[in-house]
Amino acid sequence: MKTVLVVDDSRIVRKVARRILEGLGFAVDEAENGAEALAACRSRLPDGILLDWNMPVMNGIEFLHALRSEFGLGEPRVVFCTTESELDAIQRAIEGGANEYIMKPFDAEIIESKFQQVGLL
Amino acid sequence: MNAASFSALAEFLHARSGIVLTPDKAYLVETRLAPLMRREGCADLGALVAKVKAALSGPIADEVVELMTTNETLFFRDGKPFEHLRQQVLPKLAAARGPRGVIRVWSAACSTGQEAFSVAMTALEIAPALAGCRVEILGTDLSREVLRRAETGRFSQFEVQRGLPITMLTKYFRKDGSEWVVKDEVRALVSFREWNLLRPPQPLGRFDVVLLRNVLIYFDQPTKTRVLENVASVLAKDGVLYLGGAETVLGISSRFAPLDGARSAYALV
Ligand SMILES: C[S@@+](CC[C@H](N)C(=O)[O-])C[C@H]1O[C@@H](n2cnc3c(N)ncnc32)[C@H](O)[C@@H]1O
Repeated sequence: MKTVLVVDDSRIVRKVARRILEGLGFAVDEAENGAEALAACRSRLPDGILLDWNMPVMNGIEFLHALRSEFGLGEPRVVFCTTESELDAIQRAIEGGANEYIMKPFDAEIIESKFQQVGLL
Repeated sequence: MNAASFSALAEFLHARSGIVLTPDKAYLVETRLAPLMRREGCADLGALVAKVKAALSGPIADEVVELMTTNETLFFRDGKPFEHLRQQVLPKLAAARGPRGVIRVWSAACSTGQEAFSVAMTALEIAPALAGCRVEILGTDLSREVLRRAETGRFSQFEVQRGLPITMLTKYFRKDGSEWVVKDEVRALVSFREWNLLRPPQPLGRFDVVLLRNVLIYFDQPTKTRVLENVASVLAKDGVLYLGGAETVLGISSRFAPLDGARSAYALV
């Protein structure tokens, strides 16, 4: 079973995302911010990460840079999932090594489409 | 709902569009026509059907047909056909048509335009391989409402997140308020026109590629045969037809045969 780490400071978003991803057949872990997510990755690298941008302690883009410099570029697949929807934000995420990008609000269909896009479905 | 009114509506819809309305679709009639009935002051479906029959080619009749179409679509739907176009069909046709040539593509039930624009982006992605051969895409539909939207090239945040890879979004769209608009280089390859698939398509000219996807499913067998016959009559000898994932020519038309190694792709026999 493929694993996805959901990183978001909102408990509600994590819960909704978990339900959708489990429905798609993933085993889901959660983290509340980038620092927690990095710790989780050090203990076990997931196949995919659904990543919020604006979070306390360590935000999504800082986490992404840390993740890619520590573990290399290919894995895990990272799908941003954020209210940031301006072109330059999206571009920054891609340059930072994100594989896909979801602009909130999201639904099951968008999550499925994006996880297909990055080859996890 | 009155059974006589329902079957009168179904008969009208079939004659005009080929779309089959089975009794299990009664709920669709209610939800889709209710606002129109309210606006026109029709107490029930019978009253609306009477108005339609009084002016079969009038605006209310047109509107009823449009409201009964299903316009669900997304960018790069099913993925495979666009891969096939990119890797094989467009480069091959470009070589055959030459550097001054034109490849004409017909998105034959284009709805709000995602399919036509997906082909345009596909062509732009491989522009060097096309070596100067132009790609022209025509999107047609019988619904004027969806065509009006397609013409604008404008999509909601929700629509651009269905099927469209993020790198394609950043490359080929600009953001305008909360919406996304295809860039001029994409828009320039595509034109739209109202067209009913039941009509002989000669006025549209010849095509090298036809996408006839997710529309045959709404038709009965004789209509499917007729529409495929229409398509065959304007497809170039070395052209390719794409159907939707749940559609086939088998048992419906003897004019096409499946292309080897490509699902949903057909060539003339
Ligand atoms: C489900 S959409 C398919 C859109 C796109 N081809 C795709 O695969 O995503 C079907 C479209 O067919 C159109 N349609 C139905 N009957 C038609 C007819 N007789 N002539 C032209 N268009 C028709 C509808 O208006 C609708 O927009």
